[in-house]
Amino acid sequence: MARSPLVTRSRGNGGRKPTAIASSWLKRQSFPLTAPTTPETVEPVERPGKVGADYDTDWARRTPARIARLALVEGVMRPAAAVLAQPDRRGGDRLADVDGPVIFTPNHHSHLDTPLMLTSIPEPWRHQLFVGAGADYFFTNRVTSALSALTIGAIPVERRKVTRRSADQAAELIDAGWSMLIFPEGGRSPDGWGQPFRGGAAYLSLRCGVPVVPVHLQGTGRILRKGAKLPTPSSTTVTFGDPLRPEDGEDSRRFAARIEDAVAALADETATNWYEARTRAHRRANPTLAGPEVARWRRAWAADATRAKRRRTGRWPL
Amino acid sequence: MNPRPGFVLEVDKSTPPILFHHGEGFRLERLPAGRSRVIYAGEPLKALKDPDGAIRDALEHPVDKEPLRALLFPGMKLTIAFDDISLPLPQMRRPDIRQRVIEAVLDLAAEAGVDDVHLIAALALHRRMTESELRHAVGDRVYDAFAPDGLLYNFDAEDRDNLAFLGETEKGEEVEISKRAAESDLVVYVNINLVSMDGGHKSTATGLASYRSLRHHHNVHTMQHSNSFMDQEHSALHSANWRMGKVIRDAGVKVFQIETTVNNNVFGTEGPMSVLQKREWEWTARDRASFLAMSKGLKHMPSKAKRSVFNGWRAPMGMTGVHAGEIEAVHRLTTADVYRQQLVPVEGQTDILTMGLPYICPYNVNSVMNPILVMCLGLGYFFNMYKGRPLVREGGVLIMSHPTPWEFHPVHHPSYIDFFEQVLAETTDPVEIEKTFEQGFAEDEWYRHLYRTSYAYHGVHPFYMWYWGSHALKHLGATIIVGGDTRAVRRLGFKPASTLQDALEMASDVVGRDATITHFHNPPILMADVS
Repeated sequence: MARSPLVTRSRGNGGRKPTAIASSWLKRQSFPLTAPTTPETVEPVERPGKVGADYDTDWARRTPARIARLALVEGVMRPAAAVLAQPDRRGGDRLADVDGPVIFTPNHHSHLDTPLMLTSIPEPWRHQLFVGAGADYFFTNRVTSALSALTIGAIPVERRKVTRRSADQAAELIDAGWSMLIFPEGGRSPDGWGQPFRGGAAYLSLRCGVPVVPVHLQGTGRILRKGAKLPTPSSTTVTFGDPLRPEDGEDSRRFAARIEDAVAALADETATNWYEARTRAHRRANPTLAGPEVARWRRAWAADATRAKRRRTGRWPL
Repeated sequence: MNPRPGFVLEVDKSTPPILFHHGEGFRLERLPAGRSRVIYAGEPLKALKDPDGAIRDALEHPVDKEPLRALLFPGMKLTIAFDDISLPLPQMRRPDIRQRVIEAVLDLAAEAGVDDVHLIAALALHRRMTESELRHAVGDRVYDAFAPDGLLYNFDAEDRDNLAFLGETEKGEEVEISKRAAESDLVVYVNINLVSMDGGHKSTATGLASYRSLRHHHNVHTMQHSNSFMDQEHSALHSANWRMGKVIRDAGVKVFQIETTVNNNVFGTEGPMSVLQKREWEWTARDRASFLAMSKGLKHMPSKAKRSVFNGWRAPMGMTGVHAGEIEAVHRLTTADVYRQQLVPVEGQTDILTMGLPYICPYNVNSVMNPILVMCLGLGYFFNMYKGRPLVREGGVLIMSHPTPWEFHPVHHPSYIDFFEQVLAETTDPVEIEKTFEQGFAEDEWYRHLYRTSYAYHGVHPFYMWYWGSHALKHLGATIIVGGDTRAVRRLGFKPASTLQDALEMASDVVGRDATITHFHNPPILMADVS
């Protein structure tokens, strides 16, 4: 029986994909097909980077990209959030007197947090919003960079070293009327409890003179915690707090601590009720986001307590 | 630009047709030139820039009273009473003013460590508020913190075990109010003062009172001697509430009054509804297109859908003032704020007063405007929106525009149905109605049951609506309703007319051919100061 030419070619390349073959061939080539090396006695030429913190996201805030993002947020993220997270959105009325751009600062447990926020932030901020996203995670190559900028309106934020570029870019956008979504913990929770808030949001609020809106997200860790591959649908609560402004003489470190306290008070409000949370807030007795300072297994045990309880009550026939 | 005050337009040949509200619809009517005038409300006053800051400031610096913070202590009994669904009109956009104030009060209570807190919707004999209405008024945070434990609830004026008799006024008026309020260390009353009749001692003496108390001033004699009940200096209703307030104070009930006022921004400055608060000759092409689309669309909608559209409207009104402290001192400042927005000077009375009645009054929020409420809104509320003298002369004619359907909300207004079918079929004379029928309805066990357990107005409530118009009934020579259901209008004792021109012709039989006409262009709300 005669073999088809396609089968013959495939066997001849060992079953490898054409892109892998091309990449392998290119690596074997030398200058001028590859980039030149720099002599040791010469200062290397600094070339502007294309990805990471240097990725240029201006295009993602132009009208075509904004329309595409609007379609993605409303057509894809909203139904997905409704199915996976069944969000109960509270406290939107606290923004009734706010005019102009703001910085939203939720706690961070899951990759679901960003789409949930993008579909929960009320108008008029929702569709003129950018997201501060880790340059080392979301902007590692051109594809992820473009996708991050397009789908969530991300700008790269350097998390591992101090740089002015991210702050300058964010400040410029805020001054131009854009609101910002940033997770001040700097990354998702590794164990279900909160991490200390960094000062970026507080610094930008001080620099640009805009309020910070603390937000508490409850339940997203149950759906898609750090390390999980597949989401498990569950219910969530998104609670917006009263806008905060820096007080006279307050520096970004102290303001960041106050933002963290406000998110902790919102967490208490979600877990109990508003009046009880306010009573504890006045006594500075709201439970912290960081959880109990005990052995690791006990922290995990405490973080898991609510989830275990919910599982038991929901299972048929109990 | 500063908002323009209200004014009186003399109608001439170039005056465009004037907007008449007509229930869940509108009419454009041309008024006769040379003998007609139109009273326009002032434009919305500027709202407070920082309402929450103003509320906190009022609580820290009250009038003739210690700061609220100083009145709160651990272990105390705190009761927060607030105005019910009848205020403001229409319902306002979130956050409602009551939510802002109650959250500020509770925040101070939380700081002071107060545990025993009750929140009561002060609805007197009105229907109970539903969960969603309560949530809208006080906000989800307050509702979720108190309602699940039964600490946020509607006042029940028929719960004998939870009423306290506090004594009688010097005129023998009995004062009986909520026992929880009477026994509290402090009552904080949260008011929205939409019109000058609201607030003051009326908040507690009426809002938290039973029929035993209310019958002393919700009666024909009081209403006919309140000229008008919106004018505090000439209102027997106001005087009775003030006497009762003194009894409450002398009984040791400590009330911290918080009163707020809102501006006239009922339909907004943008969007299709904004045309309704513009002066007709200032309508742009877009306004005219909106109006045409709205009025034509409404004409083809079933009445249930129309009501649903209007009941869904939330007014973007803003807060213009907030005062806290001693009741009478606070109310003087509040009344000045109300007058600042609503008072329009008008020279002299008129022979014929015209008005277009809108879709809403205090007693049909999320409900049906039945014929009794049409009478109450026109002859009760709108007719009484005056200081000095009534807008229409004694023996003059009132022409109202409203579809006046023979239709009732069976859950909200069960006793209204019987009042309309049984009482008005026999007589429309308020004195006769009061004497013959009131007690039977007020003490009817079925109406009591519906008031307490369902969402029904109290059995006696339709009587009060009729009494509300008794001053106008005594004053007017005739009342004509344009575009109303003929049978329903006749049952009310009024004359039906198909068009305004017909109504003016009919009116000329009473006041002559060259009678003067004044159109009361309301809403937005205005109050005529007639010289």
